[in-house]
Amino acid sequence: MTTAAIGLSPSLPNYLDARRGILSWLLTTDHKRIGIMYLMVMMVFFAFATTMALLFRLELLSPGEQFMGSDLYNRLLTLHGVAMIFLFVIPGIPAVFGNFFLPIMIGAEDVAFPRLNLFSWYCFVLGAILALGSVMLGGPDTGWTFYVPYSAKTSHNVLVPMGAAFILGWSSILTGLNFITTVHRMRAKKMGWFQMPLFVWSLYSTGWIQVLATPVIGITLALVLLERLLGVPIFDPARGGDPILYQHLFWIYSHPAVYVMILPAMGVVSEIIPTFSRKTIFGYKLIAFSSIAIAGIGSLVWAHHMFTSGMSDVARVVFSFLTFFVAVPSGVKVFNWLATMYKGSIHLGPPMLWALTFIFLFTIGGLTGLINASLSLDIHIHDTSFVVAHFHYTMFGGGGVIFFAALHYWWPKMFGRMYKLKPAYVAIGVFFVGFNLTYFPLFVAGMLGMPRRYADYLPEYTIYHRLSTIGSWVMVSALLIMFINLFHSLFKGARAEHNPWGGATLEWQTPTPPPVLNFDGEPDLSRGAYEYPTKVEA
Amino acid sequence: MNPTTPASTPNAQSIPAGHAEHYDPVIGRMGMWLFLFTEVLLFGALFIVYAVYLGMHRWEFQEASRHLDKLSGAGNTVILLTSSLTLALAIGAFARGKRGLSLGMLAGTLALAALFLIVKSFEWGAKFAHDLYPNSATMHELPPGEQVFYGLYFTMTGLHALHVIVGGVAITVVMWLIWTRKIRPDRLGVFENVGLFWHLVDLVWIFLFPLFYLIG
Repeated sequence: MTTAAIGLSPSLPNYLDARRGILSWLLTTDHKRIGIMYLMVMMVFFAFATTMALLFRLELLSPGEQFMGSDLYNRLLTLHGVAMIFLFVIPGIPAVFGNFFLPIMIGAEDVAFPRLNLFSWYCFVLGAILALGSVMLGGPDTGWTFYVPYSAKTSHNVLVPMGAAFILGWSSILTGLNFITTVHRMRAKKMGWFQMPLFVWSLYSTGWIQVLATPVIGITLALVLLERLLGVPIFDPARGGDPILYQHLFWIYSHPAVYVMILPAMGVVSEIIPTFSRKTIFGYKLIAFSSIAIAGIGSLVWAHHMFTSGMSDVARVVFSFLTFFVAVPSGVKVFNWLATMYKGSIHLGPPMLWALTFIFLFTIGGLTGLINASLSLDIHIHDTSFVVAHFHYTMFGGGGVIFFAALHYWWPKMFGRMYKLKPAYVAIGVFFVGFNLTYFPLFVAGMLGMPRRYADYLPEYTIYHRLSTIGSWVMVSALLIMFINLFHSLFKGARAEHNPWGGATLEWQTPTPPPVLNFDGEPDLSRGAYEYPTKVEA
Repeated sequence: MNPTTPASTPNAQSIPAGHAEHYDPVIGRMGMWLFLFTEVLLFGALFIVYAVYLGMHRWEFQEASRHLDKLSGAGNTVILLTSSLTLALAIGAFARGKRGLSLGMLAGTLALAALFLIVKSFEWGAKFAHDLYPNSATMHELPPGEQVFYGLYFTMTGLHALHVIVGGVAITVVMWLIWTRKIRPDRLGVFENVGLFWHLVDLVWIFLFPLFYLIG
């Protein structure tokens, strides 16, 4: 290990200090700065979407109308979905941590198209402003799925948020395109495909989904816009169209999109667990290939969102089977993580605890997903709060929790400051309680017949909604503790070591924070991405 | 990553935000192919919509298709195919250092693209003159299958025409780059990528033509 690698004499200024001033950020093509800019705007959107959820959850505290009418409720619900999905969970891990760490992890100076990368950020911000700005214009009330014929007819403004989703799609496609090319062409000379860290594999699979699925939603939304604006007959049944076709096209993108949300998260888990178990990853190739398998099979399961929409029985059986089948590679990953921990020297740092929280919550989410995939059961629970609970366990308990795990794992490397451990542990504990309190009662209420998206409910569901609302307060307190702790460390935190967790991937070789060109010299590739010293350093 | 670039030398501090110049033609081409995949899927989704509605309204699609002008459609096919040829010749000529010939071929490509759009506008104009446009009164009186046929016709040929316009702008930019000697015969990346895009535009039309004009 060279002196530069352990950071004794950083010869170059780090990426934060290299240039100053707001323009040095807004015009940067440095992938690390772009990652930080994504993080900053995304935190604002996340806070925005969380606040909306808190508000309508409060409305659901008791049956009957409390303080908002059903119209406002529908609009808040829609924007919560649009903001969380398009502005936080889909772009979250790839845009922030992928941008920051993908080039470093493969020993590159930057992504393949740095200027395109900055352009993606501007697309993202423009789309986000339009999506959130539509609140001022009345706000859509269609739900984030924009189903026709309602979205083509409602008097509420759906043009702006649909246009926003279209622009956000561009941002997503360009990021995916950039990452695929980077992985193919920018790897350090000695790094073969099977020396790449698993996070890189997961970003690579994600990139393909983004490139191949997003155009379909783009053109589908454009068709609805044409129908609304110019009266072009496409989906209107009175004029020869078929609204079910819209649902197919929508889910051809939007189901693969849930793998855009979860695959990078699985990649982060595959980094954190070996690092904190001091043990090489179990089944490297299986994890890498299972990412590709999820991307592939996940593109063929979309119609399981439409079991009650009207489809032939053959189609329903096929889609049900494929949905069960896509659980196999996910299961492969979970068992590989558990096997990695087996007989490891486990250190329960905050990132590891977040990752374990993920495994627990995601397993519940995954198993309830199998219930949804069963044709006969799905007829009963379709469009109930059971589904709401299921996707919050997978999306928030999966993508969201790992976003927090990644924040705690890479925070010292990104900002050069270490957060306080005790508040971090408290936040995780409170979050775990709050999360389950918020979403688990919705499973039960859904089984008992509580429909999703309704602004009101019958008195017999009161207990479940009340538990859920109280849970949302607990969960938000945990998030506040976490973010205050992280924010505080930016100014008051101790200087971070170069490798606080003992990780073996390349980002831990470079100084903290990394220099502008990522490495002081050439990165040392003699050690594998998951090779840890046999002796444990205390 | 290329370790011999100035990137790894100490004076890298003066380089703004880390972009040592190194030319890898494969990177640009790979990015372009990925972009073309997204284009294929963009039109692919529309072809799926077309296929589903064709299955639903087979006879009405055939009836509506008879009202499209086969001659203009066929003519436009020939025009676009020829423009792809002239563009390929332009790239070949430039790679051999024949700048003037290359510029001439590009000008020819532009002229053919313009001709395509002119023919197209006459076709649309004729439909508009018969009060056939998306929300017109005549349109609403047609059988549902014919309405959706015309909806798709205007959407898909319109989106395609938009691509022709974008391609034309890109070709103009390449001509300007050649004129001002900004690209060299050994660095053809941009030129070849514009060529790839133009061939895709051509290819999409080859499918649009029979699906709209020849099923009647």
